[in-house]
Amino acid sequence: MTHRHKLWAALALLVCLHALVFFAGFFAPYDFAAQNRDLTFAPPTRIHFLDAAGNFHARPFVYGLKNDPTSADGYAVDQARVYPMRFFSRGSAYRFGRVLPSGLHLFGVDDPGRLFLMGTDAFGRDQFSCFLYGGRISLMAGWIAAALSLLIGIIVGTLAGFYGGWIDQILMRGGELFLALPWLYLLFAVRAELPLHIAGWQVFLLLVAVMGLVGWARPARLIRGVVLSAKERNFVLAARGFGASDMHVICRHVLPQTYGVILTQITLLIPQYVLAEVTLSFLGLGASEPIPSWGTQLAALQQYYVLSSFWWMFLPAILLVPVFLLYYAAADALQERLASVPL
Amino acid sequence: MQRVPFWNYCVFVAAATLSIGYARAQSHPAEEPMVAEVSSGHAGGRLVLAMRSEPKTLNPVLAQDAPSRDVIRCLTADLIHINRGSQKTEPALAKSWTASRDGRQYTLRLRRGLRFSDGQPLDADDVVFSFQVYLDEKIDSSERDLLVVGGKPISVEKVDQYTVRFEMAQPDAAAERLFDGIAILPRHLLEGAYRKGEFANAWSVSMAPAEFAGLGPFRLKEYVPGQRIVLERNPYYWKEDGSGHRLPYLDEVVFLFVPNEDTQVIRFQAGDADILTRFSAENFAVLEKQQAAKHYHLDDLGAGLEYNFMFFNLNGVDPKAQPEIARKQEWFEDKRFRQAVSEAIDRDSIVRLVYNGRATPLWTQVTPGNRLWVDPAIAHPALSVAHGRELLRSAGFSWKSDGSLQDSHGRPVEFSILTSSSNAQRVKIATLIQDDLSKLGMNVQINSLEFHTMVDRLLTSHDYEAAVMGLVSGDADPTSEMNVWMSSGDTHLWHPNQTQPATPWEAEMDRLMQQQLVELDHSKRKRLYDRVQEIVADELPVICLVSPNILVGASDRVGNFHAAILDPYTLWNIDQLYIQ
Repeated sequence: MTHRHKLWAALALLVCLHALVFFAGFFAPYDFAAQNRDLTFAPPTRIHFLDAAGNFHARPFVYGLKNDPTSADGYAVDQARVYPMRFFSRGSAYRFGRVLPSGLHLFGVDDPGRLFLMGTDAFGRDQFSCFLYGGRISLMAGWIAAALSLLIGIIVGTLAGFYGGWIDQILMRGGELFLALPWLYLLFAVRAELPLHIAGWQVFLLLVAVMGLVGWARPARLIRGVVLSAKERNFVLAARGFGASDMHVICRHVLPQTYGVILTQITLLIPQYVLAEVTLSFLGLGASEPIPSWGTQLAALQQYYVLSSFWWMFLPAILLVPVFLLYYAAADALQERLASVPL
Repeated sequence: MQRVPFWNYCVFVAAATLSIGYARAQSHPAEEPMVAEVSSGHAGGRLVLAMRSEPKTLNPVLAQDAPSRDVIRCLTADLIHINRGSQKTEPALAKSWTASRDGRQYTLRLRRGLRFSDGQPLDADDVVFSFQVYLDEKIDSSERDLLVVGGKPISVEKVDQYTVRFEMAQPDAAAERLFDGIAILPRHLLEGAYRKGEFANAWSVSMAPAEFAGLGPFRLKEYVPGQRIVLERNPYYWKEDGSGHRLPYLDEVVFLFVPNEDTQVIRFQAGDADILTRFSAENFAVLEKQQAAKHYHLDDLGAGLEYNFMFFNLNGVDPKAQPEIARKQEWFEDKRFRQAVSEAIDRDSIVRLVYNGRATPLWTQVTPGNRLWVDPAIAHPALSVAHGRELLRSAGFSWKSDGSLQDSHGRPVEFSILTSSSNAQRVKIATLIQDDLSKLGMNVQINSLEFHTMVDRLLTSHDYEAAVMGLVSGDADPTSEMNVWMSSGDTHLWHPNQTQPATPWEAEMDRLMQQQLVELDHSKRKRLYDRVQEIVADELPVICLVSPNILVGASDRVGNFHAAILDPYTLWNIDQLYIQ
């Protein structure tokens, strides 16, 4: 029964992750675009319980930062300025769950103090807030593109598998064409031709849609395979013998057989497209500034000086590893579970 | 000052030739080398450099890309040269020249007894042949435009074996500077290909070294595709140091092909390359820490000639074809709108955040690095969002309750800024501008496109609203910027290729640029160009932002290293560099 626990654990963690990202406004202490031009490339803020005299404080606090050219990262802790942490504090405005206007944040410190859990970037923007907001774009890219790919994949795969013959030939050869398409160059071309006055995030959604539309061939092949074997099953033949229409047979008897494949495909495709978004933004094709995404956060690492000088710029990259592992663990557990349950 | 025919140190050279020259004048005239103002240095050694991509050609007439030009500059020489250190002209293959009183005729006297790197002699026929090739419309050299003065190509005429006369349709204040970079070609090697119409294929990178001959300090030795190009000392080079030693000092120069700046920085740091030219301020900060330990030194030469700016689309776009842009041009064409934008941009932040402080804020196109032409009287309006809002209010704009700006028709002020995605600095500049302009209530999008796509939109389709760009001219003289400031110019970015100047101030700029072109008195020219700078600062067709400092580095082994703010920054005196 362990694989069942594994599945539920992975799914629960994934739900938590998505909740964090969906309610980014609440969990992030700052707005993603808020610049602190005096605190560029500031290291992660340390949260203290013990003050300089060694006294314990139940309410954690942070110290202010001051510029210090002599230190390695250019900043020194200013122990004269103490900012206690506040929970459920008031801060920058956002829309709770993207609907309700709110200014409530899970945590924060009083101005002019700053709490940067993951340090700041070249503009002094809080990396932790950017990571949460960035997940919106990246995960949305994954979901939308995966949904598009699967939708087309299911339709094409079912039609090809069920009808066979020349329909199968045309659809599958067409699919191979899409498999061979160099999608990166296609995206470069699409990006170059888009009009300018549509907003950055719209450009981005369009690119994601293109990505999803191009990626349908692989799931279509898998589904076609399942449909091919399903349509020869006795109960399907029996249904046809009773004169059921094609539509009825596909919807009631054939498609339910593909359910397992589709579920595992979802869990595999989403991280694959999240990664594709990361690649796109890394190459400067993704969401434009100041909208953060996981890819644009990684893109900062392309520069040698960032790579060699500021270790906290790696944090988004490191955090992405467990995110992907979660998805793959879920896919793995799903597959094991489906294999052990007779269809 | 422009017409002084001789430079001081030429006198010495002329005296030397008188005693021995005459008897063998026809067949082997005695050599008249140029004496460079350098005394320290010793022969031998190899210099290793890293370049960002492979040269595409070694044909000086056709080369357009920076790597090709960098290599070719080491292989060839010109008649009159711009000294990158002093930014003034100096004799090169021509030992002296005189200008006619009306400034239209230049008579150049060549040094006698010079030889190409294959040992063949140089004379006036080579010069006439070279200019014939450069001026040939079929060859389509990018230098040809410079050699067309007053609508007509310069005419070139051989007077005798060592004298050439150039004639122009109108006087050109910067005529001496035209000769810089026009490589003198060996007629004996290239005339055949030229007559057969195969000049475009001559001197490719992969030619055999024996096919090549030039007058530069080095000659071609070896080319390994994808790895390096190696040059060796030209034994016939025509310059000497103060103690009579023939230059160059170096035996070999190796150009390694290293694809990007970060890799170049790493290889320089590791000691694989001796000189590092033009790199970002961030990498400067990385390298700075290890200067002593790794035996190299870095130089910040201050502002170069590059100016970065933001500009709006002021082309007369067709309201039917591009209604969105045409509608926004109502704002862009209002000077007060442009002024408000300029005053809201925090240039100091750009200097600090994008260039680590290694840049200079700008309010006009001439940078402080251009010592001969900068106008110190240009006003530097302080950063003032409040004044910007005042200007917008007087232009009929107002603010909604949420703080966003709207025009007099109640339409929200939103526009996009185009940048090149390959230039990290400009994307950063745009990001800062976006944040600055939000304080005026403007909603700005940033579109970073691949460079060629962007240029196509700016110059051809005019399908953009605003852009952040940079320009750098090869020379400090305003003549090199004719195509930017003339309304008919193809780099008149905000509204290129106009048939008639669209605005009174563009008409005035046209007039001033034309006048400075033919005015031979430097101080009068300066006043004319000062006025052009004033117009740019006042009308803001381009909102100048910042000029990055020229940053260079060299290994402690390299002697006589004096980098300049003019291209080719570090290699302009490569004939004098030596290994300690």
